[in-house]
Amino acid sequence: MKKLNLKSMKKQTREQLFTYTVIIVVYIVVQLLIAAGSMSSLMQGLLVPMCTYSIVAIGLNLCVGYLGELSIGHAGFMCVGAFTGALCTKLLEGTITNKVLLLICALLVGTVVAALFGFLIGIPVLRLKGDYLAIVTLAFGEIIKNIINVLYIAKDTDGFHFAITNGNAIKLSDEGMWLINGAKGISRIPHLSSFTAGIILILVSLFVVYNLVNSRSGRAIMAIRDNRIAAESVGINITKFKLMAFTISAAIAGAGGVLYAHNLSTVTATPANFGYNMSIMILVFVVLGGMGNFRGSIIAAALLTLLPEVLRELKDYRMLIYAIVLIAMMLFNWAPKCIEWRQKIVTRLKKNTGKGAA
Amino acid sequence: MNFLSYLINGISLGSVYAIIALGYTMVYGIAKMLNFAHGDVIMVGCYVTFLTMSRQGWHPLPAVLLSMVVCTALGITIEKIAYKPLRRAIPLAVLITAIGVSYFLQNAALLIFGADTKSFTSVVTLPALKLADGALTISGTTIVTVVACIVIMVALSLFIKKTKAGQAMLAVSEDKDAAQLMGVNVNATISLTFAIGSGLAAIAGVLFCSAYPTLTPYTGSMPGIKAFTAAVFGGIGSIPGALIGGILLGIIEILGRAYISSQLSDAIVFAVLIIVLLVKPTGILGKKMQEKV
Repeated sequence: MKKLNLKSMKKQTREQLFTYTVIIVVYIVVQLLIAAGSMSSLMQGLLVPMCTYSIVAIGLNLCVGYLGELSIGHAGFMCVGAFTGALCTKLLEGTITNKVLLLICALLVGTVVAALFGFLIGIPVLRLKGDYLAIVTLAFGEIIKNIINVLYIAKDTDGFHFAITNGNAIKLSDEGMWLINGAKGISRIPHLSSFTAGIILILVSLFVVYNLVNSRSGRAIMAIRDNRIAAESVGINITKFKLMAFTISAAIAGAGGVLYAHNLSTVTATPANFGYNMSIMILVFVVLGGMGNFRGSIIAAALLTLLPEVLRELKDYRMLIYAIVLIAMMLFNWAPKCIEWRQKIVTRLKKNTGKGAA
Repeated sequence: MNFLSYLINGISLGSVYAIIALGYTMVYGIAKMLNFAHGDVIMVGCYVTFLTMSRQGWHPLPAVLLSMVVCTALGITIEKIAYKPLRRAIPLAVLITAIGVSYFLQNAALLIFGADTKSFTSVVTLPALKLADGALTISGTTIVTVVACIVIMVALSLFIKKTKAGQAMLAVSEDKDAAQLMGVNVNATISLTFAIGSGLAAIAGVLFCSAYPTLTPYTGSMPGIKAFTAAVFGGIGSIPGALIGGILLGIIEILGRAYISSQLSDAIVFAVLIIVLLVKPTGILGKKMQEKV
């Protein structure tokens, strides 16, 4: 028994190592292509968004695939990460001149604050299940967006100024600086994100989630997903493990948000950035890549970000295709007729290969 | 006087939410699923009315009737194609499908009708009612909305209590398998529920757009989500609950917009949802569900 366990553990480690290697190889190939000048600037511009979406998709996949709860508010966590990260950069810009250090600080702050939000929201919300949880995460995402849009923070020689809804109330001295200017968001963010930073962040997120799901805690989380009552009756602390998965998921989304913000010069909390649509897009990546499969999420995020840019004619239909992907994937996986049909195909294939071998 | 006029506006908006919430609550009660696409069916209904009335110059009445027919057909089609095959699937799969359908309708509308905002002409031509020497004005749309809401509530309650189909709905929502054993056609009943909900959505959409005359492919999603909030607030599965939840939510939204901040009104509504779910997850009139091991 013990031996078998060891073997399966090794297989998991092997798979992890394989994933890391593939990502690093892809990174090297892309860098070589850039150096050789055979990559258009359009494609280069897509590299960081691709990394961002991959990271957030990894985070959401932990929540949907392993915890079994649908969150449609992950754009909200991204938003929290983006704003706190960018705010941190703006504040430290004068003190720290090293770009890498600055980005690391922003990432730390953004991730921690997003995790904190995930934790605080998780405490009450995770008592709910299924549809209710989904709608509350959606509500939360909208609330975050709304609040950031009416938040005004500025800094001048007198210190910090805060205002809610009424930005005109803040009278700044001449050398004063707006940090968050309501619906105009944070502007003039230094461009710190790079493809390298994105890849490193993907590797770190993967390392975190792989180690989580292969640990004792990870098995507890999956047990809760598969049968909550059975898990509870063997003494698994449901709240603790649900909260753990949800917080880590939120933190990873926050890190993605920080990367996203530092790739833009101005970050605003518009519906296009951090609204419902963004949450759905990330969900499409997770569903298409396979729920519970982190590698799949990255591949789906990369492909679906690249495809509409490569096939220009399809650009208008992108969202429509996302919607059809969601419906088709669910029907393909769950409709009784599809399951029957799939089984038929599989048995036929098996027969054929069996004949070939004989 | 200001407060009174806000209150009346709140009741009017709340009536629209209540009508939409009916669709959510009936479908949730029977199919045990959150029909995310309900809000977007509203939007489709609005576009149908807009195209026939403003573009073709139809009389409001046939225009609204046509949009009801279209929405009913749409509701049944969605149920047949997307939800029916997933009747035995895990809830997560059904929820994702529903989100997919909602997203599909929005983006199909975006491609067909374009992203530009259409200005909707009110279907109500009733003159406004002036009370207290003109200090308080109640618009014709408000009156029609509130009356329509009451009529729909009464008619639906009677339908469920007095007709065989209504009783079948109750039976299916109670226990699907037992109802089937008793000879209730479960599939037909679920289709009927979707049909009624979607037909009502068309009415709600037209009333909503008459009060707030901007129409875009995203018009339906926000009222849809708020109406779901209303359904949860009142107790999901309960028809009077939808009415109470809808009207309370409408009043909260309008008062919040007037006295706190217009930009934060959505946040206030959603905060209400979160608080309700935490304090009383079954809502005001909801029944407590026992979980079977």
